[in-house]
Amino acid sequence: MPDAPSFNSNASAFFGGLRTAWTSVFCMVMAGTYVGLGALAHDFGLSALWLTVSTLMIWAGPAQVILISALGTGAAPIEVAIGVALTGIRLLPMVVALLPLLKGPQTRLRDLLLPAHFTSVSMWVESLRLLPGMARDHRIAFCNGLSVGFNATAVVAGLFGYFLAAKLPLLFAGALLFLTPMSFLVSTARNARTLMDRLALALGLVFGTVLAASHVELDLMWSGLGGGTIAYLVHRFRRGIA
Amino acid sequence: MTALINELWPYLILVTLGYLPNEIWRVLGLVMARGLNEDSEIVVWSRAVATAILAGVIAKLIVFSPGALANIPLGVRVGAVVCGFVAFLAIRRSVFAGVVVGEATLLLGGYLFTR
Repeated sequence: MPDAPSFNSNASAFFGGLRTAWTSVFCMVMAGTYVGLGALAHDFGLSALWLTVSTLMIWAGPAQVILISALGTGAAPIEVAIGVALTGIRLLPMVVALLPLLKGPQTRLRDLLLPAHFTSVSMWVESLRLLPGMARDHRIAFCNGLSVGFNATAVVAGLFGYFLAAKLPLLFAGALLFLTPMSFLVSTARNARTLMDRLALALGLVFGTVLAASHVELDLMWSGLGGGTIAYLVHRFRRGIA
Repeated sequence: MTALINELWPYLILVTLGYLPNEIWRVLGLVMARGLNEDSEIVVWSRAVATAILAGVIAKLIVFSPGALANIPLGVRVGAVVCGFVAFLAIRRSVFAGVVVGEATLLLGGYLFTR
């Protein structure tokens, strides 16, 4: 797959997005993650339809993990909502960074609704890699193709895991859950081309661990704001003296 | 009536405790991103914050693992991540190589060291 595919229509851009999704390394990884989520939903007695609706509406692995385990273990509603909201914070800066790549002078707000709703880590990482080299006119269609490809994969994998459930030995179930952090770590590292990105990644790993270990409230928010801002300031400072 | 409520209850929870607290960030992002371009300072800063938050989520999933992964000892989980990352760096920055080596290490370590 070349770094900057070019298309002659929105339809071909959409299918290009689908193809990119299905040949992306994330596709396999996402399939693994959602097989695990499906198994989890089955264990906690939720229906297959509920799982599918949650994948379409929430479309965020960590939030779905929290919601499914909370429903299964009967956590306090407010705690669940806060937990989901905290993992979702990452989506705000992603949407802010993604949309300027998608819109041109003629873009209507409603054309951005679908890409905003379908913003996920996988889609965001692939979009930031591929969109800059692509004609602006076709970026939204490409992005929607990418999202549909990823989402369809997640729905099918979730159902597969749901019906496979329980039959998976504990060690392999653990290995499935491990797919998420392992793949997100290396793919974020691959995307981190500037010093700022690398620093943000490293600081986030360290701060995230330390703050969570010391039971600081809102740990993810603080490690993100802290690590991200330090990385940004270092980047500003170096640019200033260069 | 009671049967209907029991049937719909999980979906009500899905919307109120799952969909809304998560979707609010995408909507806020959509509102904030209007009028910004990709080189503006706030967008660059947002990218750094998003990367750091994601890194925090990754670290927590490894150190404070959920469900079946928690069954595998912490040392094995951390060792597997390190091996996977080294493989990624060594083998042409390949995400696939990193994931395969990390998973293989985890399975092997889990098999040997999990009681």
